[in-house]
Amino acid sequence: MNAKKTNWWALLWAVIGLLYFFVPLYGTLDFSLRMQRGVLSLKAYQVVLADPQFLASFRYSATMGLITILVSVLIFLPTVYWMYLKVPQARPIVEIITILPFVIPVIVFVFGLIRTFSGSPFQLTATPFKTDILITTGYVILSMPYMYRAIDVGMRSIDVRGLTEAAQSLGSNWAQILFNVILPNLRGAVLSGSLITFALVIGELILGDFLARPALGPYMVQVGRDTAYQPSAMAMMSWGLTWICLGLIQLVARGSNSQTLTGR
Amino acid sequence: MAEITAKTIIPKALSRSRTASQLKDWIGILPFFLFILIFLIVPSTNLFIGAFQDQQGNFTLANLAAFLSDAYVLRAYGISLEISVITSVVGGVMGFFVAYAITMGKVPGWMRNILMSFSGLAANFGGVPLAFAFIATLGHTGFLTAILKSICFTGASGVQTCPFDIYQDGFNLYSITGLTLTYLYFQFPLMVLTITPAMEGLKREWREASENLGGNAAHFWWYVALPILWPSILGASILLFASAFGAYATAQALTGGTIYLVTIMIGAQIRGDVLNNPNEGYALALGMVVIMAICIVGYTILQRQTVRWLKL
Repeated sequence: MNAKKTNWWALLWAVIGLLYFFVPLYGTLDFSLRMQRGVLSLKAYQVVLADPQFLASFRYSATMGLITILVSVLIFLPTVYWMYLKVPQARPIVEIITILPFVIPVIVFVFGLIRTFSGSPFQLTATPFKTDILITTGYVILSMPYMYRAIDVGMRSIDVRGLTEAAQSLGSNWAQILFNVILPNLRGAVLSGSLITFALVIGELILGDFLARPALGPYMVQVGRDTAYQPSAMAMMSWGLTWICLGLIQLVARGSNSQTLTGR
Repeated sequence: MAEITAKTIIPKALSRSRTASQLKDWIGILPFFLFILIFLIVPSTNLFIGAFQDQQGNFTLANLAAFLSDAYVLRAYGISLEISVITSVVGGVMGFFVAYAITMGKVPGWMRNILMSFSGLAANFGGVPLAFAFIATLGHTGFLTAILKSICFTGASGVQTCPFDIYQDGFNLYSITGLTLTYLYFQFPLMVLTITPAMEGLKREWREASENLGGNAAHFWWYVALPILWPSILGASILLFASAFGAYATAQALTGGTIYLVTIMIGAQIRGDVLNNPNEGYALALGMVVIMAICIVGYTILQRQTVRWLKL
Protein backbone atom coordinates (compact mmCIF):
# COMPACT_ATOMS: atom_id res chain seq x y z
CA MET A 1 0.00 0.00 0.00
CA ASN A 2 2.55 2.56 1.11
CA ALA A 3 5.73 0.62 0.43
CA LYS A 4 7.63 3.67 -0.83
CA LYS A 5 6.70 6.09 1.91
CA THR A 6 9.40 6.65 4.48
CA ASN A 7 8.40 5.55 7.95
CA TRP A 8 9.66 8.54 9.93
CA TRP A 9 8.72 7.04 13.28
CA ALA A 10 10.85 3.95 12.61
CA LEU A 11 13.66 6.06 11.21
CA LEU A 12 13.66 8.20 14.34
CA TRP A 13 14.10 5.17 16.57
CA ALA A 14 16.76 3.68 14.33
CA VAL A 15 18.70 6.93 14.58
CA ILE A 16 18.25 7.07 18.37
CA GLY A 17 19.54 3.49 18.59
CA LEU A 18 22.54 4.26 16.40
CA LEU A 19 23.36 7.38 18.41
CA TYR A 20 23.16 5.47 21.68
CA PHE A 21 25.61 2.94 20.28
CA PHE A 22 28.08 5.30 18.71
CA VAL A 23 28.24 8.40 20.90
CA PRO A 24 29.77 6.63 23.94
CA LEU A 25 32.00 4.63 21.64
CA TYR A 26 33.22 7.74 19.87
CA GLY A 27 33.48 9.63 23.15
CA THR A 28 35.67 6.89 24.59
CA LEU A 29 37.86 6.78 21.49
CA ASP A 30 38.22 10.55 21.49
CA PHE A 31 39.05 10.63 25.19
CA SER A 32 41.58 7.83 24.89
CA LEU A 33 43.55 9.80 22.28
CA ARG A 34 43.92 12.98 24.31
CA MET A 35 46.47 12.06 26.90
CA GLN A 36 49.00 14.39 25.35
CA ARG A 37 47.73 17.92 25.63
CA GLY A 38 46.74 19.49 22.33
CA VAL A 39 47.43 16.57 20.03
CA LEU A 40 45.76 13.30 19.27
CA SER A 41 48.09 10.47 20.18
CA LEU A 42 48.18 6.85 21.19
CA LYS A 43 50.03 7.73 24.37
CA ALA A 44 47.34 6.31 26.67
CA TYR A 45 47.52 2.99 24.86
CA GLN A 46 51.32 2.99 25.04
CA VAL A 47 51.24 3.71 28.74
CA VAL A 48 48.75 0.90 29.37
CA LEU A 49 50.60 -1.61 27.24
CA ALA A 50 53.92 -0.72 28.83
CA ASP A 51 52.64 -1.16 32.37
CA PRO A 52 54.13 -4.42 33.66
CA GLN A 53 51.15 -4.83 35.97
CA PHE A 54 48.79 -4.68 33.01
CA LEU A 55 50.80 -7.32 31.20
CA ALA A 56 50.92 -9.52 34.28
CA SER A 57 47.19 -9.29 34.92
CA PHE A 58 46.38 -9.78 31.25
CA ARG A 59 48.62 -12.84 31.16
CA TYR A 60 46.98 -14.16 34.33
CA SER A 61 43.44 -13.69 33.00
CA ALA A 62 44.32 -15.09 29.57
CA THR A 63 45.92 -18.16 31.18
CA MET A 64 42.90 -18.66 33.41
CA GLY A 65 40.70 -18.28 30.34
CA LEU A 66 42.55 -21.05 28.51
CA ILE A 67 42.54 -23.35 31.54
CA THR A 68 38.82 -22.69 32.01
CA ILE A 69 38.16 -23.58 28.37
CA LEU A 70 40.13 -26.81 28.75
CA VAL A 71 38.31 -27.84 31.93
CA SER A 72 34.91 -26.84 30.52
CA VAL A 73 35.40 -28.88 27.36
CA LEU A 74 36.62 -31.86 29.39
CA ILE A 75 33.49 -31.67 31.54
CA PHE A 76 30.78 -30.70 29.08
CA LEU A 77 31.82 -32.53 25.91
CA PRO A 78 31.63 -36.04 27.46
CA THR A 79 28.53 -35.10 29.45
CA VAL A 80 26.54 -33.76 26.51
CA TYR A 81 27.76 -36.60 24.30
CA TRP A 82 26.72 -39.23 26.81
CA MET A 83 23.41 -37.49 27.36
CA TYR A 84 22.62 -37.64 23.64
CA LEU A 85 23.73 -41.23 23.34
CA LYS A 86 22.41 -42.90 26.47
CA VAL A 87 20.34 -40.72 28.76
CA PRO A 88 18.21 -38.28 26.76
CA GLN A 89 15.79 -38.27 29.69
CA ALA A 90 18.44 -36.36 31.68
CA ARG A 91 18.14 -33.38 29.38
CA PRO A 92 15.52 -31.37 31.32
CA ILE A 93 17.53 -31.62 34.55
CA VAL A 94 20.80 -30.76 32.85
CA GLU A 95 19.19 -27.81 31.11
CA ILE A 96 17.82 -26.40 34.35
CA ILE A 97 21.20 -26.83 36.03
CA THR A 98 23.02 -25.06 33.22
CA ILE A 99 20.89 -21.93 33.54
CA LEU A 100 21.38 -21.75 37.31
CA PRO A 101 24.29 -19.30 36.94
CA PHE A 102 21.75 -16.84 35.54
CA VAL A 103 19.55 -17.25 38.59
CA ILE A 104 22.32 -16.87 41.14
CA PRO A 105 24.00 -13.46 40.82
CA VAL A 106 27.79 -13.73 40.60
CA ILE A 107 28.26 -11.78 43.80
CA VAL A 108 26.03 -14.25 45.65
CA PHE A 109 27.85 -17.16 44.06
CA VAL A 110 31.27 -15.91 45.11
CA PHE A 111 29.88 -15.28 48.60
CA GLY A 112 28.86 -18.94 48.75
CA LEU A 113 32.22 -20.12 47.41
CA ILE A 114 34.10 -18.14 50.02
CA ARG A 115 31.86 -19.25 52.88
CA THR A 116 32.12 -22.88 51.84
CA PHE A 117 35.71 -23.31 50.77
CA SER A 118 37.80 -20.72 52.58
CA GLY A 119 37.45 -22.32 56.01
CA SER A 120 38.42 -25.77 57.12
CA PRO A 121 38.44 -28.49 55.93
CA PHE A 122 39.05 -27.27 52.36
CA GLN A 123 40.98 -24.04 52.90
CA LEU A 124 40.98 -23.40 49.18
CA THR A 125 41.92 -19.76 49.64
CA ALA A 126 44.99 -20.54 51.73
CA THR A 127 47.57 -20.46 48.92
CA PRO A 128 47.52 -18.78 45.48
CA PHE A 129 47.58 -22.17 43.79
CA LYS A 130 44.58 -23.45 45.74
CA THR A 131 42.73 -20.20 45.07
CA ASP A 132 43.45 -20.64 41.38
CA ILE A 133 41.77 -24.03 41.51
CA LEU A 134 38.74 -22.46 43.17
CA ILE A 135 38.62 -19.53 40.76
CA THR A 136 38.86 -21.90 37.77
CA THR A 137 35.85 -23.86 38.97
CA GLY A 138 34.07 -20.53 39.44
CA TYR A 139 34.85 -19.49 35.86
CA VAL A 140 33.72 -22.91 34.60
CA ILE A 141 30.39 -22.46 36.37
CA LEU A 142 29.92 -18.89 35.14
CA SER A 143 30.60 -19.83 31.52
CA MET A 144 28.58 -23.04 31.76
CA PRO A 145 25.37 -21.65 30.19
CA TYR A 146 27.30 -20.61 27.09
CA MET A 147 29.63 -23.59 26.78
CA TYR A 148 26.83 -26.07 27.38
CA ARG A 149 24.52 -24.41 24.89
CA ALA A 150 27.23 -24.19 22.23
CA ILE A 151 28.10 -27.89 22.56
CA ASP A 152 24.42 -28.83 22.77
CA VAL A 153 23.60 -26.98 19.55
CA GLY A 154 26.59 -28.59 17.83
CA MET A 155 25.73 -32.07 19.07
CA ARG A 156 22.17 -31.70 17.79
CA SER A 157 23.46 -31.17 14.28
CA ILE A 158 25.49 -34.39 14.06
CA ASP A 159 24.46 -38.04 14.01
CA VAL A 160 25.84 -39.02 17.42
CA ARG A 161 24.65 -42.62 17.34
CA GLY A 162 25.78 -43.26 13.78
CA LEU A 163 29.24 -41.83 14.37
CA THR A 164 29.61 -43.77 17.60
CA GLU A 165 28.62 -47.07 16.06
CA ALA A 166 30.86 -46.51 13.08
CA ALA A 167 33.79 -45.75 15.36
CA GLN A 168 33.02 -48.70 17.61
CA SER A 169 32.85 -51.09 14.71
CA LEU A 170 36.33 -49.88 13.74
CA GLY A 171 37.54 -50.70 17.24
CA SER A 172 37.72 -47.26 18.87
CA ASN A 173 37.57 -46.90 22.62
CA TRP A 174 35.52 -44.16 24.32
CA ALA A 175 38.36 -41.63 24.49
CA GLN A 176 39.10 -42.12 20.79
CA ILE A 177 35.45 -41.74 19.89
CA LEU A 178 35.15 -38.53 21.89
CA PHE A 179 38.33 -36.81 20.85
CA ASN A 180 39.03 -38.23 17.38
CA VAL A 181 35.49 -38.57 16.08
CA ILE A 182 33.03 -36.36 17.97
CA LEU A 183 35.27 -33.40 18.78
CA PRO A 184 36.44 -32.78 15.18
CA ASN A 185 32.79 -32.74 14.12
CA LEU A 186 32.00 -30.16 16.79
CA ARG A 187 34.93 -27.89 16.02
CA GLY A 188 32.75 -24.86 15.29
CA ALA A 189 30.53 -25.32 18.33
CA VAL A 190 33.40 -25.90 20.73
CA LEU A 191 35.32 -22.98 19.28
CA SER A 192 32.43 -20.57 19.66
CA GLY A 193 31.79 -21.76 23.22
CA SER A 194 35.49 -21.30 23.93
CA LEU A 195 35.56 -17.78 22.55
CA ILE A 196 32.62 -16.73 24.72
CA THR A 197 34.28 -18.35 27.72
CA PHE A 198 37.54 -16.56 26.99
CA ALA A 199 35.86 -13.17 26.64
CA LEU A 200 33.94 -13.80 29.85
CA VAL A 201 37.00 -14.73 31.89
CA ILE A 202 39.03 -11.82 30.53
CA GLY A 203 36.33 -9.30 31.48
CA GLU A 204 35.33 -10.87 34.77
CA LEU A 205 35.67 -8.69 37.85
CA ILE A 206 33.94 -10.27 40.82
CA LEU A 207 35.73 -13.62 41.17
CA GLY A 208 39.17 -12.11 40.69
CA ASP A 209 38.40 -9.26 43.03
CA PHE A 210 36.92 -11.18 45.95
CA LEU A 211 39.27 -14.14 45.71
CA ALA A 212 42.13 -11.60 45.58
CA ARG A 213 43.83 -12.88 42.44
CA PRO A 214 45.72 -10.56 40.04
CA ALA A 215 43.11 -10.71 37.26
CA LEU A 216 42.46 -8.08 34.63
CA GLY A 217 39.08 -6.94 36.05
CA PRO A 218 40.38 -5.78 39.45
CA TYR A 219 43.39 -4.20 37.74
CA MET A 220 41.07 -2.17 35.49
CA VAL A 221 39.03 -0.94 38.46
CA GLN A 222 42.27 0.08 40.15
CA VAL A 223 43.50 2.00 37.11
CA GLY A 224 40.08 3.58 36.74
CA ARG A 225 40.40 4.95 40.24
CA ASP A 226 43.91 6.28 39.83
CA THR A 227 44.22 7.60 36.28
CA ALA A 228 42.23 9.60 33.74
CA TYR A 229 43.04 8.50 30.21
CA GLN A 230 44.18 4.89 30.56
CA PRO A 231 40.69 3.61 31.45
CA SER A 232 39.20 4.77 28.16
CA ALA A 233 42.12 3.20 26.29
CA MET A 234 41.42 -0.06 28.11
CA ALA A 235 37.70 0.26 27.38
CA MET A 236 38.51 0.60 23.67
CA MET A 237 40.79 -2.44 23.77
CA SER A 238 38.18 -4.45 25.63
CA TRP A 239 35.59 -3.36 23.09
CA GLY A 240 37.92 -4.51 20.33
CA LEU A 241 38.46 -7.86 22.01
CA THR A 242 34.70 -8.43 22.42
CA TRP A 243 34.27 -7.47 18.78
CA ILE A 244 36.93 -9.95 17.66
CA CYS A 245 35.49 -12.78 19.77
CA LEU A 246 31.93 -12.21 18.52
CA GLY A 247 33.16 -11.82 14.94
CA LEU A 248 35.03 -15.12 15.15
CA ILE A 249 31.95 -16.79 16.62
CA GLN A 250 29.83 -15.54 13.71
CA LEU A 251 32.49 -16.91 11.41
CA VAL A 252 32.75 -20.40 12.93
CA ALA A 253 29.12 -20.92 13.88
CA ARG A 254 27.15 -19.06 11.27
CA GLY A 255 23.49 -18.89 12.11
CA SER A 256 23.62 -20.30 15.60
CA ASN A 257 22.48 -17.97 18.32
CA SER A 258 24.85 -16.26 20.69
CA GLN A 259 23.64 -14.72 23.89
CA THR A 260 25.13 -12.32 26.37
CA LEU A 261 28.55 -13.08 27.73
CA THR A 262 29.95 -10.58 30.17
CA GLY A 263 29.18 -10.37 33.83
CA ARG A 264 27.85 -7.04 34.92
CA MET B 1 24.37 -53.19 9.31
CA ALA B 2 24.95 -51.20 12.43
CA GLU B 3 21.42 -49.88 12.11
CA ILE B 4 19.93 -53.33 12.04
CA THR B 5 21.76 -54.48 15.13
CA ALA B 6 20.88 -51.33 16.99
CA LYS B 7 17.22 -51.73 16.18
CA THR B 8 16.97 -55.41 16.96
CA ILE B 9 19.18 -55.77 19.99
CA ILE B 10 18.51 -52.64 22.02
CA PRO B 11 14.78 -53.22 22.67
CA LYS B 12 15.56 -56.74 23.92
CA ALA B 13 18.29 -55.50 26.20
CA LEU B 14 15.98 -52.82 27.48
CA SER B 15 13.19 -55.20 28.28
CA ARG B 16 15.55 -57.55 30.06
CA SER B 17 16.97 -55.25 32.69
CA ARG B 18 15.69 -51.80 32.04
CA THR B 19 16.40 -50.19 35.38
CA ALA B 20 19.85 -51.72 35.79
CA SER B 21 21.13 -50.58 32.42
CA GLN B 22 19.54 -47.18 32.86
CA LEU B 23 21.32 -46.70 36.14
CA LYS B 24 24.57 -47.64 34.46
CA ASP B 25 23.92 -45.04 31.77
CA TRP B 26 23.45 -42.28 34.32
CA ILE B 27 26.96 -43.00 35.63
CA GLY B 28 28.30 -41.42 32.45
CA ILE B 29 27.03 -37.99 33.43
CA LEU B 30 27.78 -38.41 37.11
CA PRO B 31 31.03 -36.39 37.00
CA PHE B 32 29.07 -33.40 35.73
CA PHE B 33 26.51 -33.70 38.51
CA LEU B 34 29.27 -34.08 41.10
CA PHE B 35 31.07 -31.00 39.84
CA ILE B 36 27.85 -28.97 39.95
CA LEU B 37 26.95 -30.35 43.35
CA ILE B 38 30.30 -29.45 44.89
CA PHE B 39 30.92 -26.08 43.30
CA LEU B 40 27.45 -24.67 42.74
CA ILE B 41 24.76 -26.42 44.78
CA VAL B 42 26.68 -26.85 48.03
CA PRO B 43 28.00 -23.25 48.17
CA SER B 44 24.56 -21.81 47.39
CA THR B 45 22.75 -24.09 49.82
CA ASN B 46 25.36 -23.27 52.39
CA LEU B 47 24.40 -19.59 52.16
CA PHE B 48 20.72 -20.41 52.47
CA ILE B 49 21.32 -22.55 55.51
CA GLY B 50 23.36 -19.72 56.99
CA ALA B 51 20.40 -17.40 56.49
CA PHE B 52 18.37 -19.58 58.86
CA GLN B 53 21.03 -20.03 61.54
CA ASP B 54 22.20 -17.92 64.41
CA GLN B 55 25.92 -17.52 65.03
CA GLN B 56 25.99 -20.69 67.12
CA GLY B 57 24.42 -22.67 64.31
CA ASN B 58 20.91 -23.06 65.75
CA PHE B 59 17.87 -22.70 63.54
CA THR B 60 16.33 -19.24 63.67
CA LEU B 61 14.18 -16.85 61.69
CA ALA B 62 15.80 -13.87 63.39
CA ASN B 63 18.05 -13.12 60.39
CA LEU B 64 15.08 -12.79 58.10
CA ALA B 65 13.35 -10.62 60.65
CA ALA B 66 16.46 -8.46 61.05
CA PHE B 67 16.83 -8.24 57.30
CA LEU B 68 13.21 -7.19 56.80
CA SER B 69 13.40 -4.50 59.46
CA ASP B 70 16.88 -3.17 58.63
CA ALA B 71 16.43 0.27 57.06
CA TYR B 72 19.80 0.09 55.24
CA VAL B 73 19.01 -3.25 53.70
CA LEU B 74 15.51 -2.21 52.66
CA ARG B 75 16.88 0.95 51.10
CA ALA B 76 19.44 -1.08 49.15
CA TYR B 77 16.65 -3.30 47.86
CA GLY B 78 14.63 -0.20 47.05
CA ILE B 79 17.43 1.35 44.99
CA SER B 80 18.20 -1.92 43.23
CA LEU B 81 14.55 -2.47 42.38
CA GLU B 82 14.15 1.12 41.26
CA ILE B 83 17.10 0.99 38.88
CA SER B 84 16.13 -2.43 37.58
CA VAL B 85 12.52 -1.44 36.94
CA ILE B 86 13.39 1.90 35.32
CA THR B 87 16.09 0.47 33.06
CA SER B 88 13.96 -2.48 32.05
CA VAL B 89 10.94 -0.30 31.24
CA VAL B 90 12.89 2.44 29.45
CA GLY B 91 15.23 -0.06 27.83
CA GLY B 92 12.25 -2.21 26.96
CA VAL B 93 10.37 0.61 25.24
CA MET B 94 13.47 1.78 23.42
CA GLY B 95 14.42 -1.73 22.39
CA PHE B 96 10.86 -2.40 21.26
CA PHE B 97 10.84 0.55 18.89
CA VAL B 98 14.33 -0.14 17.61
CA ALA B 99 13.27 -3.74 16.94
CA TYR B 100 10.18 -2.38 15.24
CA ALA B 101 12.37 -0.18 13.07
CA ILE B 102 14.55 -3.17 12.22
CA THR B 103 11.76 -5.59 11.37
CA MET B 104 8.88 -3.54 9.99
CA GLY B 105 10.08 0.02 9.76
CA LYS B 106 11.53 -0.13 6.25
CA VAL B 107 14.67 1.66 7.42
CA PRO B 108 17.66 1.48 5.05
CA GLY B 109 19.38 -1.90 4.99
CA TRP B 110 22.72 -0.61 6.26
CA MET B 111 21.06 0.85 9.33
CA ARG B 112 19.31 -2.42 10.00
CA ASN B 113 22.55 -4.38 9.74
CA ILE B 114 24.47 -2.04 12.02
CA LEU B 115 21.66 -2.00 14.58
CA MET B 116 21.42 -5.77 14.58
CA SER B 117 25.14 -6.49 14.92
CA PHE B 118 25.67 -3.69 17.43
CA SER B 119 22.85 -5.03 19.55
CA GLY B 120 24.72 -8.32 19.80
CA LEU B 121 27.87 -6.46 20.67
CA ALA B 122 26.44 -3.94 23.14
CA ALA B 123 24.36 -6.54 24.98
CA ASN B 124 27.68 -8.25 25.64
CA PHE B 125 29.57 -5.12 26.56
CA GLY B 126 29.09 -4.79 30.25
CA GLY B 127 31.20 -4.63 33.33
CA VAL B 128 34.07 -2.31 34.01
CA PRO B 129 34.81 -1.12 30.43
CA LEU B 130 31.21 0.08 30.04
CA ALA B 131 31.60 2.28 33.10
CA PHE B 132 34.82 3.71 31.61
CA ALA B 133 33.09 4.42 28.31
CA PHE B 134 30.38 6.42 30.05
CA ILE B 135 32.86 8.31 32.21
CA ALA B 136 34.70 9.30 29.04
CA THR B 137 31.41 10.38 27.46
CA LEU B 138 29.30 11.90 30.23
CA GLY B 139 31.78 12.40 33.07
CA HIS B 140 32.81 15.87 34.25
CA THR B 141 35.27 16.23 31.37
CA GLY B 142 33.52 13.82 29.03
CA PHE B 143 33.15 14.20 25.33
CA LEU B 144 29.38 14.78 25.26
CA THR B 145 29.47 16.92 28.40
CA ALA B 146 31.95 19.24 26.70
CA ILE B 147 29.92 19.48 23.50
CA LEU B 148 26.71 20.23 25.35
CA LYS B 149 28.47 22.77 27.52
CA SER B 150 29.81 24.64 24.50
CA ILE B 151 26.29 25.31 23.16
CA CYS B 152 25.81 28.87 24.36
CA PHE B 153 23.53 31.72 23.43
CA THR B 154 23.96 35.39 24.04
CA GLY B 155 20.74 36.69 25.49
CA ALA B 156 19.07 40.03 24.81
CA SER B 157 20.81 41.66 27.75
CA GLY B 158 24.19 40.46 26.53
CA VAL B 159 24.46 37.73 29.14
CA GLN B 160 25.74 34.41 27.85
CA THR B 161 23.62 31.44 28.80
CA CYS B 162 24.67 27.85 28.29
CA PRO B 163 21.47 25.87 28.81
CA PHE B 164 23.10 22.47 28.35
CA ASP B 165 25.81 22.67 30.97
CA ILE B 166 24.50 19.42 32.41
CA TYR B 167 26.56 19.33 35.58
CA GLN B 168 25.48 22.89 36.29
CA ASP B 169 21.90 21.74 35.77
CA GLY B 170 22.24 19.07 38.42
CA PHE B 171 23.14 16.06 36.34
CA ASN B 172 25.67 13.67 37.81
CA LEU B 173 26.92 10.52 36.14
CA TYR B 174 27.86 9.01 39.48
CA SER B 175 24.23 8.95 40.59
CA ILE B 176 21.21 6.75 40.07
CA THR B 177 20.35 8.68 36.89
CA GLY B 178 23.86 8.17 35.56
CA LEU B 179 23.80 4.49 36.42
CA THR B 180 20.44 4.19 34.65
CA LEU B 181 21.81 5.78 31.48
CA THR B 182 24.80 3.45 31.62
CA TYR B 183 22.74 0.31 32.12
CA LEU B 184 20.58 1.30 29.16
CA TYR B 185 23.61 0.71 26.96
CA PHE B 186 23.22 -3.04 27.42
CA GLN B 187 19.52 -3.09 28.34
CA PHE B 188 17.93 -1.85 25.15
CA PRO B 189 20.11 -4.02 22.86
CA LEU B 190 19.13 -7.01 25.01
CA MET B 191 15.50 -6.12 24.32
CA VAL B 192 16.22 -5.81 20.60
CA LEU B 193 17.83 -9.25 20.56
CA THR B 194 15.01 -10.96 22.43
CA ILE B 195 12.03 -9.25 20.78
CA THR B 196 13.17 -9.21 17.15
CA PRO B 197 12.42 -12.91 16.50
CA ALA B 198 8.90 -12.46 17.87
CA MET B 199 8.32 -9.42 15.68
CA GLU B 200 9.59 -11.26 12.66
CA GLY B 201 6.93 -13.86 13.47
CA LEU B 202 4.13 -11.33 12.89
CA LYS B 203 2.71 -12.39 9.57
CA ARG B 204 2.11 -9.92 6.79
CA GLU B 205 -1.28 -11.59 6.21
CA TRP B 206 -2.46 -10.54 9.67
CA ARG B 207 -1.85 -6.94 8.84
CA GLU B 208 -3.56 -7.32 5.48
CA ALA B 209 -6.51 -9.05 7.10
CA SER B 210 -6.79 -6.22 9.59
CA GLU B 211 -6.69 -3.66 6.79
CA ASN B 212 -9.27 -5.55 4.76
CA LEU B 213 -11.61 -5.42 7.71
CA GLY B 214 -11.22 -1.67 7.78
CA GLY B 215 -8.71 -1.49 10.62
CA ASN B 216 -6.09 1.22 10.75
CA ALA B 217 -2.59 0.95 12.19
CA ALA B 218 -3.84 1.57 15.73
CA HIS B 219 -6.41 -1.20 15.40
CA PHE B 220 -3.79 -3.57 14.08
CA TRP B 221 -1.41 -2.89 16.94
CA TRP B 222 -4.02 -2.88 19.66
CA TYR B 223 -6.12 -5.86 18.59
CA VAL B 224 -3.63 -8.05 16.70
CA ALA B 225 0.06 -7.34 17.22
CA LEU B 226 0.22 -6.50 20.91
CA PRO B 227 -1.92 -9.43 22.09
CA ILE B 228 0.43 -11.73 20.19
CA LEU B 229 3.59 -9.96 21.26
CA TRP B 230 2.82 -9.32 24.91
CA PRO B 231 4.22 -12.59 26.31
CA SER B 232 7.51 -11.91 24.49
CA ILE B 233 7.53 -8.29 25.61
CA LEU B 234 6.87 -9.22 29.22
CA GLY B 235 9.36 -12.09 29.10
CA ALA B 236 12.05 -9.87 27.63
CA SER B 237 11.35 -7.22 30.28
CA ILE B 238 11.86 -9.82 33.00
CA LEU B 239 15.17 -10.73 31.42
CA LEU B 240 16.17 -7.06 31.41
CA PHE B 241 15.09 -6.66 35.00
CA ALA B 242 17.15 -9.67 36.09
CA SER B 243 20.23 -8.53 34.21
CA ALA B 244 20.11 -5.12 35.90
CA PHE B 245 19.24 -6.53 39.31
CA GLY B 246 22.24 -8.88 39.39
CA ALA B 247 24.68 -6.31 38.01
CA TYR B 248 27.66 -5.41 40.15
CA ALA B 249 30.78 -4.60 38.14
CA THR B 250 29.44 -1.60 36.21
CA ALA B 251 28.04 0.05 39.32
CA GLN B 252 31.20 -0.64 41.30
CA ALA B 253 33.48 0.77 38.60
CA LEU B 254 31.24 3.77 37.92
CA THR B 255 30.43 4.91 41.42
CA GLY B 256 33.12 3.21 43.49
CA GLY B 257 30.39 1.63 45.59
CA THR B 258 28.76 4.88 46.72
CA ILE B 259 25.34 3.85 45.43
CA TYR B 260 24.14 1.17 47.77
CA LEU B 261 22.70 -1.47 45.50
CA VAL B 262 22.01 -4.89 47.00
CA THR B 263 24.93 -6.35 45.04
CA ILE B 264 27.26 -3.61 46.27
CA MET B 265 26.06 -4.21 49.82
CA ILE B 266 26.74 -7.94 49.54
CA GLY B 267 30.20 -7.08 48.25
CA ALA B 268 30.83 -4.86 51.26
CA GLN B 269 29.50 -7.60 53.52
CA ILE B 270 31.97 -10.12 52.03
CA ARG B 271 34.85 -7.67 52.48
CA GLY B 272 34.13 -6.90 56.10
CA ASP B 273 30.80 -7.72 57.66
CA VAL B 274 29.21 -4.25 57.42
CA LEU B 275 25.97 -5.58 58.86
CA ASN B 276 27.73 -6.80 62.02
CA ASN B 277 25.94 -10.07 61.58
CA PRO B 278 27.27 -12.50 58.98
CA ASN B 279 24.03 -14.45 59.01
CA GLU B 280 22.01 -11.41 58.06
CA GLY B 281 24.36 -11.14 55.08
CA TYR B 282 23.29 -14.62 54.02
CA ALA B 283 19.65 -13.57 54.30
CA LEU B 284 20.49 -10.59 52.06
CA ALA B 285 21.93 -12.94 49.45
CA LEU B 286 18.98 -15.33 49.78
CA GLY B 287 16.58 -12.46 49.07
CA MET B 288 18.36 -11.77 45.76
CA VAL B 289 18.20 -15.39 44.68
CA VAL B 290 14.49 -15.58 45.52
CA ILE B 291 13.79 -12.55 43.33
CA MET B 292 15.97 -13.89 40.51
CA ALA B 293 14.29 -17.30 40.72
CA ILE B 294 10.85 -15.71 40.44
CA CYS B 295 12.13 -13.85 37.36
CA ILE B 296 13.46 -16.94 35.66
CA VAL B 297 10.34 -18.99 36.36
CA GLY B 298 8.18 -16.17 35.00
CA TYR B 299 10.42 -15.87 31.98
CA THR B 300 10.25 -19.60 31.26
CA ILE B 301 6.45 -19.64 31.45
CA LEU B 302 6.15 -16.63 29.16
CA GLN B 303 8.73 -18.09 26.80
CA ARG B 304 6.53 -21.16 26.37
CA GLN B 305 3.54 -18.95 25.52
CA THR B 306 5.61 -17.11 22.95
CA VAL B 307 6.79 -20.26 21.26
CA ARG B 308 3.19 -21.45 20.99
CA TRP B 309 2.11 -18.26 19.27
CA LEU B 310 4.99 -18.19 16.85
CA LYS B 311 4.26 -21.73 15.72
CA LEU B 312 0.84 -20.67 14.41
